[in-house]
Amino acid sequence: MRKIKEFIIEKLILLCGVASIIFVVLILLFLLNEGLSLFKDIGPYEFVSGKKWYPISEPPQLGILPLICGSLLVTLGAAIISIPIGVACAVYIAEVAPSWIKDILKAGIELLAAIPSVVLGFIGMVTLSPLIKSVFNLPTGLTALSGSIMLAFMAMPTIVSIAEDALYAVPKSYKEGAFALGATHWQTIWRVILPAASPGILAAVMLGIGRVIGETMAVMMITGNAAKIPDGFLQPVRTLTATIAAEMGEAVVGSEHYFALFAIGLILFIISFIINLTADLFLHRKERR
Amino acid sequence: MKNSKTTQKIAFFFLLLATLLIILPVGLIVVIIVVKGLPAISWSFIFDMPKDGMRAGGIWPAIVGTICLVAGAVLFALLIGVMAAIYLSEYARDNLLTRIIKLAIVNLSGVPSVIFGLFGLSLFVVFLKFGSSIIAGSLTLGIMVLPIIIAASRVALESVPHSFREVSLSLGASKWQTIRHIVLPNAIPGIMTGTILEIGRAAGETAPILFTVAAFYLPHLPGSIFDQAMALPYHLYVISTQVPNVDEKIRYGTALVLLILVLFVNLVAIIVRSKFRKKKKW
Repeated sequence: MRKIKEFIIEKLILLCGVASIIFVVLILLFLLNEGLSLFKDIGPYEFVSGKKWYPISEPPQLGILPLICGSLLVTLGAAIISIPIGVACAVYIAEVAPSWIKDILKAGIELLAAIPSVVLGFIGMVTLSPLIKSVFNLPTGLTALSGSIMLAFMAMPTIVSIAEDALYAVPKSYKEGAFALGATHWQTIWRVILPAASPGILAAVMLGIGRVIGETMAVMMITGNAAKIPDGFLQPVRTLTATIAAEMGEAVVGSEHYFALFAIGLILFIISFIINLTADLFLHRKERR
Repeated sequence: MKNSKTTQKIAFFFLLLATLLIILPVGLIVVIIVVKGLPAISWSFIFDMPKDGMRAGGIWPAIVGTICLVAGAVLFALLIGVMAAIYLSEYARDNLLTRIIKLAIVNLSGVPSVIFGLFGLSLFVVFLKFGSSIIAGSLTLGIMVLPIIIAASRVALESVPHSFREVSLSLGASKWQTIRHIVLPNAIPGIMTGTILEIGRAAGETAPILFTVAAFYLPHLPGSIFDQAMALPYHLYVISTQVPNVDEKIRYGTALVLLILVLFVNLVAIIVRSKFRKKKKW
């Protein structure tokens, strides 16, 4: 009796163990099933390179190049802002700050991570975008720049905490060796600690950017949602994620528009898969060696 | 030598500057929401139904909706997550299957939240015909928080000393009895901390519930798990972008309630963690 019970429980545990695999496969299957239905009507190349996104016109025009450009532009902007600031903050917390300040800073970063993205989007709408509107004298403050700043901010907790862990993981003897040779603290950080921690910092940056590409609500509220190819940072743009979130509610189940939104989802899924896989390789490189 | 000291001073100044660039806005955001949202908070704002197309009245159904959604999500994720963690820490050998499971968890935790929304829509709402409902939203959110719950539970299980297991096994207990009566009770604080943190995240997420549960304007409480419901984060999104002429006070008030809810949950997690750390005997 006990053996049977034990056997059933073990199988149940195994089933839950593989549940993550089942969910990932299910997500991929459903995205593939719905997303690939689109390509019966439109060629994949046409879909990716089409310059017009008018999903509800008759016949619908489904080209996602403007959306890809929107996502790339906002992500590029966010990366330019968040990488130097985030890594510098991690270095400050890990190496320079006295321990009581360190605790306050870490609490602040955790607080930022806890604020829901819709709240950040709301605050961005009422504070950041009027500011950008008046500084650059624009007709609207809902631009790619506002989105980039907001997203940079949202990527910070990821970048700072993972980069900080990487900096802590550098063996103490490296630092002591550099000090013994007469290097200043900054020289040690710049020449010894940063290079030694670089794989971890790279992973931090990648995961931060992964977060930026996938972020939806704040970016939808603050970038202005204009589906046209932008000329620069001071124009409204629309990202891939925001398009799904904004339009899925109205798309008729089974329509070309519906399938197109799933195809966009499929592209995002593949991008995030590649980013996470690569970052994971960097993070666990040491263990494998 | 003097030169390198100056360089160090300049470098440290920039590091401090970068840190302040992150920390000060965080403080500013919280202060703005509290100062502007506090005047809106009242008994009737929290416990009343919304009126006039959400331009007046309270946010009670949105609060109830969020609580139902999160409760369902966490229940689901906890059940599967803890079992999965038990598998990984107690049963799994270092083989291909384990490596694929770990890879799946990493990948699942990195999937953009809006993709979970798409998945929930196609599986629960359309394929399984749940319709737009609390159960569809809860399951979607549950799958989203699953990887973090697995990770937290696994760390908690693995931190239980090996000697505990050996003693139990040597007394004749079976493997499952050992896990059930020895390992799991000792891992509960860690599992709880991880779970509570995920409650906060699930409560604030909007994208996964956009097309699986969220009702635009529904001035009554949900009757069953197959009903649509309002939810706080979606409500904030709607009144700040979709409905014109909503009093600023109501927007800030809603943002404040959501923020307090999320931060309160986080605070509980921190207290639980520090309390159990002190009690820990090994």
